[in-house]
Amino acid sequence: MSKLYNLTKGILKENPIFVIVLGMCPTLATTSSAMNGLGMGLATTFVLFGSNTVISLIARYIPDKVRIPSYIVVIATFVTIVDLVMQAYAQSLYEKLGIFIPLIVVNCIVLGRAEAFANKNGVVDSMLDGIGMGLGFTFALTLLGSVREILGAGSWFDHKFIQGDAILVFILSPGAFIALAYLIAIFNRLKK
Amino acid sequence: MEYLIIIIAAIFVNNVVLSQFLGICPFLGVSNKIETSLGMAGAVTFVIVLATMVTFLIQYYVLNPLGVGFMQTIVFILVIAALVQMVEIILKKLSPALYQALGIFLPLITTNCSVLGVAILVIKKNYNLLEGVVFGAATAIGFGLALVIMAGIREQLELANIPKGMKGVPIALLTAGILALAFMGFAGIVK
Repeated sequence: MSKLYNLTKGILKENPIFVIVLGMCPTLATTSSAMNGLGMGLATTFVLFGSNTVISLIARYIPDKVRIPSYIVVIATFVTIVDLVMQAYAQSLYEKLGIFIPLIVVNCIVLGRAEAFANKNGVVDSMLDGIGMGLGFTFALTLLGSVREILGAGSWFDHKFIQGDAILVFILSPGAFIALAYLIAIFNRLKK
Repeated sequence: MEYLIIIIAAIFVNNVVLSQFLGICPFLGVSNKIETSLGMAGAVTFVIVLATMVTFLIQYYVLNPLGVGFMQTIVFILVIAALVQMVEIILKKLSPALYQALGIFLPLITTNCSVLGVAILVIKKNYNLLEGVVFGAATAIGFGLALVIMAGIREQLELANIPKGMKGVPIALLTAGILALAFMGFAGIVK
């Protein structure tokens, strides 16, 4: 039961974007289309899963004073793996996400889960937590990407269904802030 | 002239917060008061300029000659973390007054993605050392500008009557969105 909870809590109840509000930079920057949001979400999910797993295994052996730098090295290693794999197999997505792939390192969610969950819990729970939080992040990014793509380009996952111009501003930077503001407001309303 | 273009582009046209989406966390976190946002802006400027110089030298004199460019992410983040720690210790010793002013902001800067972002961008854009430092300083000034404007607006917003669901993060994001709209007016000044 609690295992199931660890897996599912990140998706809605403790959603990293809508509820905890961490990791804003990639959320705003990479959601100009649903596909980009999904790609960024999955890349982060892999890093979260990997770092949570490794950190829960080695946390016992790391002295308390150097734990943050140690965690960052583990996270940076997984980020480098994602970076190289995407460069090899998903070139176009890699170019679109650009600098935000290496910047997964400083995504507060990843270090936050290491510090708040993985170093206190067993390896299976930490894996589930990593996947759950990652999926919550992916869900949030895909949702925001969908809203922006539908309003801003009149398409969804590159399938165009509105001919002519849409509200272009939603693809540009102001639209990112405005769309996320309303999504969080809606989430706040639903929570009550 | 070249440097002027880099400066104007980094401060206004490609503002680090409002159009590049770097450093959003501190932007939302410490933009409640003008005073604290000035302190944060000062600390960020200091660290970005220093980090740009150090990471530039490491990239071109250590990583590239050894052929381990793929270690960039790991090395840069460690260097930045160590640098922030060092700056904190040195400031505490040399200038307690400045430490008092910047102190609480320093630990937060390690996770400010604009620092790592600028370090990587300088390498990606093939700047030389001086251009890199100018770009870093201008980016930091752009960050400070956005932060101070935002703080000024949020101080006024405290008194406004905001719908319940919009309080806190949503209204801050909405304000940032409108600010970003205003900054879009700068687009096209420089290529």
